[in-house]
Amino acid sequence: MLGFEGAGIFLAYVLSIAAALVCVVYGIKNWNIPGDDVVNREIEEEIKWEENDPEDEGR
Amino acid sequence: MNFLLITIVTLIFLIVTAFLGYLGYRHTKDTTDFLLAGRKTHPVVMAISYGSTFISTSAIIGFGGAAAVFGMGVLWLTVLNIGVGIFIAFVVFGKRTRRMGHNLDAHTFPELIGKRFDSSLLQTASGLMIFIAMPLYAGSVIIGGAQFIAQTLSVSYEAALFFFVAVVAVYVIMGGLKGVLYTDAFQGSIMFVGMILLIIMTYWKLGGIVDAHRALSNIAPEAVKIWGPLGHQGWTSMPLTGSVFWWQLVSTIVLGVGIGVLAQPQLAVRFMTVKSDRELNRGVLVGGVFILMMTGVAFVVGSLSNVYFLNNPSFAKVSILAAEKKVDNIIPLFINTAMPPWFTAVFMITLLAAAMSTLSSQFHTMGSAFGRDFLEQGMKVKTKSTIRTIKLSMGAGIIISTLLAFYLPRFFEQGSAIIAIGTAIFFGLCAATFLPLYFGGLFFKRITKAGALSGFFTGMTAAAFWILFVHAKESAPLGLCKLIFGVPSLAGAASKLQFVDPIVVALPLSIVVTIVVSLMTTPPTEEHLAKCFK
Repeated sequence: MLGFEGAGIFLAYVLSIAAALVCVVYGIKNWNIPGDDVVNREIEEEIKWEENDPEDEGR
Repeated sequence: MNFLLITIVTLIFLIVTAFLGYLGYRHTKDTTDFLLAGRKTHPVVMAISYGSTFISTSAIIGFGGAAAVFGMGVLWLTVLNIGVGIFIAFVVFGKRTRRMGHNLDAHTFPELIGKRFDSSLLQTASGLMIFIAMPLYAGSVIIGGAQFIAQTLSVSYEAALFFFVAVVAVYVIMGGLKGVLYTDAFQGSIMFVGMILLIIMTYWKLGGIVDAHRALSNIAPEAVKIWGPLGHQGWTSMPLTGSVFWWQLVSTIVLGVGIGVLAQPQLAVRFMTVKSDRELNRGVLVGGVFILMMTGVAFVVGSLSNVYFLNNPSFAKVSILAAEKKVDNIIPLFINTAMPPWFTAVFMITLLAAAMSTLSSQFHTMGSAFGRDFLEQGMKVKTKSTIRTIKLSMGAGIIISTLLAFYLPRFFEQGSAIIAIGTAIFFGLCAATFLPLYFGGLFFKRITKAGALSGFFTGMTAAAFWILFVHAKESAPLGLCKLIFGVPSLAGAASKLQFVDPIVVALPLSIVVTIVVSLMTTPPTEEHLAKCFK
């Protein structure tokens, strides 16, 4: 088992790499989710809200 | 070691850091910029910043050293770091946090939970708790960074400490969160490259992946000889279930840090810096790989260092003995003796980057917690400029942290022990006080203001009690238990309870109290919930 003595260590080693791979696959699959329409709408809302932000102030 | 090389590399590193801090300053125009980087952060920048803030020098040096003692079982922490600290944090907590933060116009973590539960007391108390507890954690990071700079550059600890703090303080105070994020991304990239080189060179030196692991398995009797009675069964086996080593590994190292990360205010606030869920989805990819390369590499290299030291005739003993029983010296000793001189320079910058990226966020969070959450929103102190108040509060937090870093090593016999203690206290406190109400607030409409407040105060009291009076790792060096009761831990010398991490006790208690009190009190109004969960 990859040179490890205990199954618990083998599992931890494999699972840590697998967990990172899950993150990679998830990231690629959802790279463009939500789509541009949702993102642009949120940005527009943000801009409108920023314009009326009472806390806006200079540095 | 080549001092000229190290000096040149350090100078280039500092110049780039200063430039990025200046960019942050130039791009900061208002409170949202200063506190949330304008809510438009690039996903890669956010994810690397999250990871590099998460991983401090102590995660690499301290926990890498711990892996040299406990063995590769510490890799379970990496599994949790990625599975919980990245995947669940981004996908489950992150998306809701971002949306709710936006709905409620929250700029900080205490403000988010305060507004969610319509409780300025919660915001004020959270801000104050962060401001009181975080300097100890920040002080620990400063001690780790300054000790390393002092050793590597052969300068005094005091000079290293003030230089280190001054550099970080300038770019955080000037550049706000944008300065922090830009510099974090740069520093995180350096850490990534440094750790990749470290794992490749370690495996190469020990004859390849499987051969290196097998060599470590073969020297198991050395570990059993030293720690056998405590449950150690070799570096590539888990400790005996229920033994002292098992409790320390599972409760403190794996659970305490692995779960505690979810409720870290300086990390949670990052989810509010991006403009949409898409950035969080993309961030998961970067974050997962980044953390694997940080903790995964540190733990594997820490464990494998035993093979190197035992087979090296100059040492011919296991890592902990080669490093004269100082856990924090194992990784630096391994780098200095096993790696080529040029890599020492690379690794020094890697560690400097790790310390700076964590410290910058701590300074930023302390300032916003005290300036915005406690003074402005809680105490209703009227100020001309929110940013100026936060900057002044940051200054106060930085001074307190620096004083702690200056004086603490003088009070504690094992200077570096305080690094692990400071980190553990902050993680334990945050998990027990914030996690139930943060999770409940994001996902359950039935959690009430009274439930959240009760859980907050119960978690805080229980965690503080356990840290001060039961968990021997902290209660013994802190000395309050000995002063009042005459014993280092109320659990008694023979009880395994003294090894059980605060999170194992305080978190369930806080969860139960939050739920029970919520069920007994009136639910929040539909109108308020509609605003939160829009």
